[in-house]
Amino acid sequence: MQQPVTPTANEAPGTPATAVGKATVELKKVSKSYGDEWERQEVIRDITMVLKAGELTAVVGPSGCGKTTLVNLVAGFEKPDTGEILLNGKRITGPGHDRMVVFQETALLPWLTAYKNVIFGPNLRGDMPRAEVKKEANRLLEKVGLGEFKDKYPLHLSGGMQRRAELAQAMINRPLLLIMDEPFRGLDAMTRELMQEFFSRLFEENRRTNLFVTSEIEEAIFVADRLVVLSNRPTTIREIIDINLPRPRTFEMLSSPEAYGYKRQALEILHEEALKSFNRSGDQADFVEAYSKRMG
Amino acid sequence: MAEHPTVHAAVAPGPGRAVPLRRTRLQKLLENTTLWRGIVAIVGFILFWEVCSQWKGWFGYQIPWIGKVAPPSDVMAVWMDILPQPGYWESWYLSTFRVFLGFAIAQVIGIPFGLALAVNKYFRDVFFPPFEVLRPIPPLAWVPAAIIFWPTTELSITFVTFLGAFFTIVINVLGGARSIDGRYLRAAQSMGASQWDLFRRIILPGTLPSIFTGAAVGMGITWEVVLAAEMISGGGQQAGGGLGFFIWSSFMGGSIEQVIVGMISIGIAGYLSSSAIRYLGSVCMPWRRLF
Ligand SMILES: Nc1ncnc2c1ncn2[C@@H]1O[C@H](COP(=O)(O)OP(=O)(O)OP(=O)(O)O)[C@@H](O)[C@H]1O
Ligand SMILES: [Mg+2]
Repeated sequence: MQQPVTPTANEAPGTPATAVGKATVELKKVSKSYGDEWERQEVIRDITMVLKAGELTAVVGPSGCGKTTLVNLVAGFEKPDTGEILLNGKRITGPGHDRMVVFQETALLPWLTAYKNVIFGPNLRGDMPRAEVKKEANRLLEKVGLGEFKDKYPLHLSGGMQRRAELAQAMINRPLLLIMDEPFRGLDAMTRELMQEFFSRLFEENRRTNLFVTSEIEEAIFVADRLVVLSNRPTTIREIIDINLPRPRTFEMLSSPEAYGYKRQALEILHEEALKSFNRSGDQADFVEAYSKRMG
Repeated sequence: MAEHPTVHAAVAPGPGRAVPLRRTRLQKLLENTTLWRGIVAIVGFILFWEVCSQWKGWFGYQIPWIGKVAPPSDVMAVWMDILPQPGYWESWYLSTFRVFLGFAIAQVIGIPFGLALAVNKYFRDVFFPPFEVLRPIPPLAWVPAAIIFWPTTELSITFVTFLGAFFTIVINVLGGARSIDGRYLRAAQSMGASQWDLFRRIILPGTLPSIFTGAAVGMGITWEVVLAAEMISGGGQQAGGGLGFFIWSSFMGGSIEQVIVGMISIGIAGYLSSSAIRYLGSVCMPWRRLF
């Protein structure tokens, strides 16, 4: 709040040389169920939303509501039952390197070093000269602070380092959309904060369209331009909150009245959702209690 | 770029440098408590065995069971007599050859077979059920049938040896390939991998650890099977020898010392084979080394 609301250097007209292509993604009445006709489980019902170019859309929702399913749909790993997803007006029909996913747990290939993991995509497709791949990989690894660790195997990297290597691995493919599914889950609190800050800087640098799934509301508010709050299954959009906090983001902003307002609004919805499922199943008392406490 | 000269300088094998490096390696070996514990355990075991076996001669009372076993000193003496005999080494050679032949054929057929089961549903639907019916049959139960099927004893032994390793290898490869994390495949797919890329760059390296597990277990089974097959087939007139037959004929000849020599020889052979596989595994899978 003390921070003056000024655009960062990178947002100024005359975009820097590192400018990247950005996607606008439209989800139109997307639904998805699992199972067969005997036992159907409706996971996503009629989700319509837009991921605006250059914006970071964070998605929060109750545990198991279908956040990863949403990610799989946008990534093209799964197909919606009804509705469609358009990327820059073109229908998504399968996975592609215009969309890169950073998974819930590390998906670095254990048998390749950090460097080889980074060059995996471009070398597979052969769409970039080898010398350029090498240069770009080294630049990105340097950028995520892994210059010295590039010949280490994932097993020998810490959790935070693995995440940074994955960011480099995703970015070298120059995706139009970066999808992150609870990317910092499982990191210790300290590393997590560092990664959130690091990631915010990275995002602010070239504002690549981003879909950021998380279960931590504070994390969502810290990184997001817009916050989408999901309901219980069958999952719909309960609320879209515009996060009007200045960039570059700092952790102090989280204690501003605005941030508190966003948090309260989101928690209230999640609380309601938790209550609903509590009334339905009766086995989520702990969950409700936990949320009630945090509402304070 | 800037770091390269430094790296080279640090490893530069100057004559003054090589000596201290060697010495530290030796020192490390001497300070290795695991190694020392192993040595002490083996020496302790041999001493215990010697004392128990000699008890009757020294104190006039035979300790049950272990007292009947020839003492290690006698075994050693017999072994020393046998060592220069070419027959002993021929037994080594024959058993080792049979083990490696059966093992190699099992790998060559088993790995592709296991991978095919893992990646192709139709192949799995057709071949997995008969495979599962044949798998529980112990390899040694195949011996009589093998002797009938195959023209020579040598071929029967090789066949039974092959079976011993084959089922273990296939089941390991299949399990390993099927349990590869779906995220690896998805990540590779979104980076533009074709089916063949997925197979070559994800499934194959992802299955490597299971291939080596299968190899280690399969190697153990192969030794068991070879020796039993050699004993059952009586060494065979044409086939002859082998460590299994060596033990059997020593037993028939009433030399317990020689039986023990044969047993220890097998222990050593088995240990060397599994060490070789472990070493190969750490060479092929540098990412699994812990340090
Ligand atoms: N491939 C699948 N087949 C059948 N059911 C599935 C499949 N994938 C997900 N589901 C079901 O869909 C629901 C939503 O799962 P999803 O993983 O998308 O939730 P999530 O919000 O990401 O959960 P978490 O908070 O644990 O990450 C779950 O009930 C799950 O059981
Ligand atoms: Mg999830």
